[in-house]
Amino acid sequence: MTAIDLGLPQLGGLAGVPTFDGKQTAKDYKTDQEVRWCPGCGDYAVLAAVQSFLPDLGLKRENIVFVSGIGCSSRFPYYMNTYGMHSIHGRAPAIATGLATSREDLSVWVVTGDGDALSIGGNHLIHALRRNVNLKILLFNNRIYGLTKGQYSPTSEEGKVTKSTPMGSLDHPFNPVSLALGAEASFVGRALDSDRKQLTEVLRAAAEHRGSALVEIYQNCPIFNDGAFDVLKEPGEREERIVPLRHGEPIRFGADGQHGVARDPKTGTLKVVEVAEVGEDNLVVHDATIEDPSYAFALSRLGNHNLDHTVTGVFRNVQRATYDDLARHQVEQAKAAKPANLGALLRGKDTWSVAAD
Amino acid sequence: MAEEKGTVEPMSIDVGRGTRTTDVRKVDRVVIRFAGDSGDGMQLTGDRFTSEAAAFGNDLATLPNFPAEIRAPQGTLPGVSSFQLHFADYDILTPGDRPDVLVAMNPAALKANIADLPAGGMLIVNTDEFTKRNLTKVGYASNPLEDESLSQYQVHQVAMASITRAALEPTGLSKKDAERAKNMFALGLLSWMYHRETEGTERFLREKFAKNEAIAEANILAFHTGWNYGETTESFAVTYEVAPAKLATGTYRQITGNTALAYGIVAAGQCAKLPVFLGTYPITPASDVLHELAKHKNFGVTTFQAEDEIAGIGAALGASFGGALGVTSTSGPGIALKSETIGLAVMTEMPLVVLDIQRGGPSTGLPTKTEQADLLQAMFGRNGEAPVPIIAPRSPADCFQAALEATRIALTYRTPVLLLSDGYIANGSEPWLIPNVEDLPDLSVQFATEPNATDGSGEFWPYLRDPETLARPWAVPGTPGLEHRIGGLEKADKTGNISYDPDNHDKMVRIRQAKIDGITVPDAEIDDPSGAARVLVLGWGSSYGPIGAACRRVRRLGMDVAHVHLRNLNPFPRNLGEVLKRYDKVVIPEMNLGQLAMLIRAKYLVDAVSYTKVAGLPFKAEELQDVLIDFVKGLDA
Ligand SMILES: Cc1ncc(C[n+]2csc(CCOP(=O)(O)OP(=O)(O)O)c2C)c(N)n1
Ligand code: SF4
Ligand SMILES: [Mg+2]
Repeated sequence: MTAIDLGLPQLGGLAGVPTFDGKQTAKDYKTDQEVRWCPGCGDYAVLAAVQSFLPDLGLKRENIVFVSGIGCSSRFPYYMNTYGMHSIHGRAPAIATGLATSREDLSVWVVTGDGDALSIGGNHLIHALRRNVNLKILLFNNRIYGLTKGQYSPTSEEGKVTKSTPMGSLDHPFNPVSLALGAEASFVGRALDSDRKQLTEVLRAAAEHRGSALVEIYQNCPIFNDGAFDVLKEPGEREERIVPLRHGEPIRFGADGQHGVARDPKTGTLKVVEVAEVGEDNLVVHDATIEDPSYAFALSRLGNHNLDHTVTGVFRNVQRATYDDLARHQVEQAKAAKPANLGALLRGKDTWSVAAD
Repeated sequence: MAEEKGTVEPMSIDVGRGTRTTDVRKVDRVVIRFAGDSGDGMQLTGDRFTSEAAAFGNDLATLPNFPAEIRAPQGTLPGVSSFQLHFADYDILTPGDRPDVLVAMNPAALKANIADLPAGGMLIVNTDEFTKRNLTKVGYASNPLEDESLSQYQVHQVAMASITRAALEPTGLSKKDAERAKNMFALGLLSWMYHRETEGTERFLREKFAKNEAIAEANILAFHTGWNYGETTESFAVTYEVAPAKLATGTYRQITGNTALAYGIVAAGQCAKLPVFLGTYPITPASDVLHELAKHKNFGVTTFQAEDEIAGIGAALGASFGGALGVTSTSGPGIALKSETIGLAVMTEMPLVVLDIQRGGPSTGLPTKTEQADLLQAMFGRNGEAPVPIIAPRSPADCFQAALEATRIALTYRTPVLLLSDGYIANGSEPWLIPNVEDLPDLSVQFATEPNATDGSGEFWPYLRDPETLARPWAVPGTPGLEHRIGGLEKADKTGNISYDPDNHDKMVRIRQAKIDGITVPDAEIDDPSGAARVLVLGWGSSYGPIGAACRRVRRLGMDVAHVHLRNLNPFPRNLGEVLKRYDKVVIPEMNLGQLAMLIRAKYLVDAVSYTKVAGLPFKAEELQDVLIDFVKGLDA
């Protein structure tokens, strides 16, 4: 992934978080708690990816916090040897907002599921994203409610048959990446649980981004929604479907790079093309730093819930002031402008005195 | 009016400008009510008069009363806004039951308020608004100023709008703008009548309209016009003097409950040496706490206006986890939304101050009216056994101490604390004896710094308790070696690991309860001057004023009554059970259907009698007096 340089003085996502000079390994991030996900659950792969990439950040372990909601995926903090809070259903972004705003020296991560983030917690998610709080939000999307044993979720395909929808679900699903971009998230990425390399790349970019980062992780739930993303994993199929994004490079995919993404000259929108037909020069060169979110949004619309074309990688990575930096700045400004004098505050302007008789 | 001492001492002095000599009467207390359309500026007028009374050294209490609508249709009954002010030369407890002087700016204000004016009371009306159309709008068939219906009052008919307009003509202001200053005319007239200084109001108007000098000067002119009207027209034969009150020695200011609460939170942060994080969502009548705290960022206060109440309290709890003093403010409907997070704070045992400025309920209820009906919600409104300490301030100024007390408990015992104020004391004001900063309590906390396991493992056990307070350690992120995970799942005793063990759960439920039950709170103080009372009146929160005033009246009539007022509602003061048993009758007045009474009866098996009223307005001392007299006489009979 190409480094992004906007030519602005910029703070990294981890600026202010104390670094660790010694050597850390994945093992340092493991706890003594028995991991209790079902065998084969995609959550294991994500946990392993996170535990093995965190040492690369070189942070003090005690300055990392994982905050989660409720769901299978939200058990995550118990397995991370950092500070952590397993909170209540849907509210992790709100709790993490308070923590990140009051503590500049922490690297704060949110772990959430498709139900946790998009049903009960949808409001908090979009507001954290629009405020651009310096949080890294990992959305484990298994397109099902795992913990409550298999009801459909807001990312389940239309017509999904589950225990709660024996005749098929009726509601139209969210595309989490589109939703985040609609909320003007400054960083949005997507990766598969099974692709450790790309997942790590996206996570690292998210960590280095200052502001809210939403990373959608397609995660398999072998118990209640097995194989939901198999078409993206099967050799032969996956090359035809996965459209990987690399900043600064033309968007191409297919076993031989025969497919690509180009602008439709008539409508101006993005579409999947055959490179041989449009010519290599007409492919869109991916630029995650484009201010206008409609470009990244158009990328997120290339595919459909049937996973015919699934764009992965970093959709958007733009610089925008973060809520927590601004909030701390206001406090500092106020302190500099007016020293705290409690006695003067309590007295105020209009007082009168009662003298002793 | 038993609260009045009844000194009326006529004398004749020369007042001020030497133009006219009026009779001056000394009175010990006066209740004035300014009433008008919500666009008439009655709150501002009342506030200003209050400041003058405060600056003069009177004791005072105020009761603003305004519609929920920002601008209800003009001239209608729902659009009436009023401000009642009680000021006196001795310490008073309430804003007064009934006004001695009613200022009515339009027919709607007259109609909505006249029933409260006792016979012989003074009524000052703005005649300009008494048009046929305005009279019909509020259902007056004939003009009450012209028929006999007001004959029992001392009526002063003043064409306030047209006099103000005429006086302001030279300023070049439009007629409409000029008329808008008529509230300052009314203020000027009353200021003259009660011998108030004019400089303070002039200064205030210049500051308020600093950006528009013309408007400032026009308002000052209207104010003087009102003053001169009293002075020169001879329609007012008497003026009144209310001497300064002999309050306890010290420096005072006037303060509303919400401001006192916000200052209490600022002070709590300073006393605890912690940054304050307020996470909140606007709601009447709590928003002013946010507005006030937002001004004091220089004290290390962060205010976060969240997307909803759940996010507000969530962010506050997140900040607490990070080592800040987490605070959230709301009213009843917001508490309903925050319940689940309060439960999380109970389970994770983290400090959190939850401010509930109660209003009329259920549901949206009566947003601008007062009520004490959230007590049981505060006590029990969560799933599971989730005990939470409860504090209720008794008066506007008491909100300051209550905020400090709530913080002390939250920090010492690592628990969410609910503070129950209400619309009455939130918006009402009274003089506040400003505390010395040096006298404020030390609320500083010790964060955990070292592993604490007692099994030699060198681990950190987040649920190992202080044997005295049963509080668990507060280990904030950034502390090396104490990395740990907390959450809403049941915790194993000591280690804090997830535990589904039945015995452990039973133990933890009991420990959480024991921790709250064991909180040190001051003993209940009994106000029983004769020591001979057989009837005890027990109150909590904002009814302190009316109950206290009622007790004084009853005693002045030669009867005995004792008063205990609870500030700590969970846990109750240790001596409460014993105190209750000393009396033959316990009466509990509440602005709900008997919530404290239910708790008292259940806990102490005392046959307490509930006296309830849920009208959106505070009790009147008069009505409580009658109730108490009945009980005293009933026992004697
Ligand atoms: C207030 C509340 N409502 C409902 C639940 C029950 N509940 C727990 S997790 C969950 C859905 C989880 O789905 P998701 O977020 O997709 O997580 P997953 O288990 O699939 O990882 C529900 C409905 C709860 N714990 N709290
Ligand atoms: S139910 Fe599904 S998501 Fe939950 S742990 Fe099992 S496999 Fe994973
Ligand atoms: Mg799910």
